[in-house]
Amino acid sequence: MAEAFKFELVSPERLLVSEQVEAVVIPGAEGEMTVMAHHAPVMTTIKPGVVTVKTAAGKEERYVVFGGFADIVPAGCTLLAESAVAVGDIDRADLARRIQEAREDAADAKDDQTRTKAEQFLSQLTTLEGAILPA
Amino acid sequence: MASLKDLRNRIASVKATQKITKAMQMVAAAKLRRAQEAAEAARPYSERMGAVLANITQAIGDGSDAPALMTGTGKDDVHLLVVCTAERGLCGGFNSQIARLARDHIRKLLAAGKKVKIICVGKKGFDILRRDYAELIIDRVDLREVKTLGFVNADAIAKKVIQLFNEGGFDICTLFYSQFKSVISQIPTTQQIIPAGVASAPAAVTDGGNAVYEYEPEPGEILSDLIPRNISVQVFRALLENAAGEMGAKMSAMDNATRNAGDMINKLSITYNRQRQAQITKELIEIISGAEAL
Repeated sequence: MAEAFKFELVSPERLLVSEQVEAVVIPGAEGEMTVMAHHAPVMTTIKPGVVTVKTAAGKEERYVVFGGFADIVPAGCTLLAESAVAVGDIDRADLARRIQEAREDAADAKDDQTRTKAEQFLSQLTTLEGAILPA
Repeated sequence: MASLKDLRNRIASVKATQKITKAMQMVAAAKLRRAQEAAEAARPYSERMGAVLANITQAIGDGSDAPALMTGTGKDDVHLLVVCTAERGLCGGFNSQIARLARDHIRKLLAAGKKVKIICVGKKGFDILRRDYAELIIDRVDLREVKTLGFVNADAIAKKVIQLFNEGGFDICTLFYSQFKSVISQIPTTQQIIPAGVASAPAAVTDGGNAVYEYEPEPGEILSDLIPRNISVQVFRALLENAAGEMGAKMSAMDNATRNAGDMINKLSITYNRQRQAQITKELIEIISGAEAL
């Protein structure tokens, strides 16, 4: 059994998770990564996606995050999410609204750079929708 | 002298008022608890954010590629004041305290020949500042419809501010809100959010010592993503503190009002009883003197 480390998932509204875990899969901005104990210090932004937490007790929990930030040190991992919900509690309407907003942002973008960014965000959101909501 | 009937009516109306203020006090107490919980729940995020920010600024070092939101424009000609107040009155001096602080600040800035722009969050501050500085108010944010304060509300305000900054609308942005100390004391506070003073971030508390971080993507890029978020967080915190402070102020204001109403009822009752007694005595005297005359 792998060694446990401290993982915290924090959203601006509240502290969602703070416990000993075995492994966490984070949707990093430059690809998914799995964090385990004694990970080298990394700081990364995260894209909208699913965070999978494997607790020390062996349970697996999944959370949907919409962008944010991860701070990984050997002693633990802190995930500052802009907004986070457990996969079971995700609100379809809310997700649809976010996608709609992203679509509008992409359409309104004034220059190429912001448009690329908005489109990227939109595609991440739709991928996310496909991943967690088997329609 | 008011008649007995007048006094009776008066007492009844004060009693009705007392019931209302009592109810408002209890509602405020319940809301205060919720607001306090929300403020406490938001604390870990802003703390960690501060730590991460301090850490990353350290990594960047001289700050040559730090985003403008952090370093500022290098001038301080145009000031933007974001004044956060409550949407509702009946909370003692809460709103006017914040407004007074803002007004003093504005006066000082104007005297120094700076330009001032104001964004009002909340209706009450807008109403107060409109009297003196209507032409300086460039925007107002209405949170009247908002039931539970969410991060999205703060984010919307922060986005407005950042957009204005990017358009070169101002050089320095200061946030005005009331710090929630306790139920009976709220302290109006100013906080500069742009340029974000690195000094305002708490000293880096890194568990892993000064470990060499790997950054994904580049530190500069992360920072430019992080700073706007940090501004949202600061605004969010201010709004939460305000919400808790408003409820605290309202609670003590309503408590006072209830007590005053009680005092008033006591006084009126004494007058009423005395007057009734006087009338009885008068009637008795009339009867007795009438009987004596016979």
